[in-house]
Amino acid sequence: MGETGLRRYKLAFLLPGLLTLLAIILFPLLFTIRVSASGWDAITPELNWVGGKNYAALWADVRFWQSLARLGGMAVGTVLIQYVLGFALALLVWHDVKARRFFRLLFLIPMMTTPVIMSVIWRTILHESLGPANDLLYLVGLGPYPWLTSGGWAVVSVMIVEIWQWTPFMFLLLLAGLISLPREPFLAAAIDGAGPIRTFLNVTFPLMATVSIGAIMIRLIEASKLMETVYVLTSGGPGTASETSGYYIYIKGLRDFDIGYAASLSITYLVIMIVLLTIIGKVLHRALVGGRS
Amino acid sequence: MSRMYLFLKYSAIALWSIFVVTPFLWALTTSFKTANGVTGGPTYLPWLQYEPSLTGWKSLFGGGGGIDIVKPYIDSLIVTGSASLISIVLGSLAAYGLSRFTYKAGFVKNPDLIFFFISQRIMPPIVLAIPFFLMLKWLDLLDSRIGLILVYVALLLPIAVWIMVDFFNNIPRQIDEMAMLDGCTPFQAFVRVILPNSLPGIIVAGMFCLIFGWNDFFFAFTLTFTDTQLLPVAVVALNSSVTPWWSLSASALISIAPLLLVAFVVERFLSHGTLAGAIR
Repeated sequence: MGETGLRRYKLAFLLPGLLTLLAIILFPLLFTIRVSASGWDAITPELNWVGGKNYAALWADVRFWQSLARLGGMAVGTVLIQYVLGFALALLVWHDVKARRFFRLLFLIPMMTTPVIMSVIWRTILHESLGPANDLLYLVGLGPYPWLTSGGWAVVSVMIVEIWQWTPFMFLLLLAGLISLPREPFLAAAIDGAGPIRTFLNVTFPLMATVSIGAIMIRLIEASKLMETVYVLTSGGPGTASETSGYYIYIKGLRDFDIGYAASLSITYLVIMIVLLTIIGKVLHRALVGGRS
Repeated sequence: MSRMYLFLKYSAIALWSIFVVTPFLWALTTSFKTANGVTGGPTYLPWLQYEPSLTGWKSLFGGGGGIDIVKPYIDSLIVTGSASLISIVLGSLAAYGLSRFTYKAGFVKNPDLIFFFISQRIMPPIVLAIPFFLMLKWLDLLDSRIGLILVYVALLLPIAVWIMVDFFNNIPRQIDEMAMLDGCTPFQAFVRVILPNSLPGIIVAGMFCLIFGWNDFFFAFTLTFTDTQLLPVAVVALNSSVTPWWSLSASALISIAPLLLVAFVVERFLSHGTLAGAIR
């Protein structure tokens, strides 16, 4: 086959997917950048030019920066907890466990369920007087807690739901990694007489470094978009106590129809997320894999 | 293994299992309640604590107080199914190309192209929501299934490419070279030889597309209103202060049911080690 024939095939494989994605994503992104320099709102819905006015305004928008800081705290917090729990669960049902296929299946189920629908169920569970959460905690002498009506607790509630929903994803990625590990290092450790804890620290954990970074990064990326759970569970409330950036931009753009300003917020949000996630990825890689690779 | 160790191990498993199933059990028992079983404070056991009734389940099919679940169900199936199918087809093609050929356009090479595909997952939905809204309005596709399918392809295609590239990389190149020596064109080699060999990868990628498509709420919520309504939007619409909890629970349970099948499939592939190659 000639060089030109191969070239045709090369492009025939790649282009349909690439062009589809470019067409669906690129236009919206460029358009958002353009809109962010306009004063488009409910009163003047047009693409005029106001320059950097929106960006100057968001600089002083305390509510935006607070929502961003809150999102950062919640994302990093939930992902770390999910990593620890997910790793522990993966180790528990890795081998030497009765009915491990059953427990693996059970542990996967929450990530298959629709987050907003489960948040609706969680909302009834966390209902202060009619929900089972406070009722059951009362049996062991705790509570009642204002799950959804006090600022701090609302954040905790969102985090609990996120942990319930997405620890299974972490579990899935880490267990898949564990299952694919080579056997020899474990045999060597067993011959050296290493106990379970030493085997974990010296063999399992280092071997899992790359998988761990991958899993943490995937979850961080997804967690950085957190807003649906907030929308259903607390509507950002009470007040703005559990508002994340995505939810705030949603209010500004699609509820107040302050579209130009919301566009500038979303571009800023996107850029900050890309920069932060890149830095976190590099730092994690250096910490867990070290200078190698 | 000491007894203590085993005890702790199985306690930990039991504790997490309880945490996992609690919301489902609560939804299940709530779905059989009526107002009496809800407003008097939390109750758990039918017959003993409240008189079970089928009101919630009947409301799914147009009975009072709930939503008619049939239309959203069909819409959700069509939109998620089509978007997943399109993403798998386009994604496998692109992934195969990226796995087998070298692309170069200026400074853009294969790793950059792969990164471009995967990096789309970073995009927060809210960044795209407003332009999607205007774009679909302009194309006259707002509140339509086709409009949503387009949007979902953008969400799912990166997942398909991400999983399939690694899968194809694990299939030895000799296999396609043999096929081409036998006179196949690259495309024939892909369809006849590579695809059958990468069925597990396609299934895994398909499952992930189904999960993320079926579970999306935000785009369905902002881009459709009355003609088209997907399940998550229909269920969340019940989420108000006067919500009939029994209808809510019944519709929630029936909405997440199909994905339990997906869980079975994913667990199979996980335990057989097939997933390991796909997700790193």
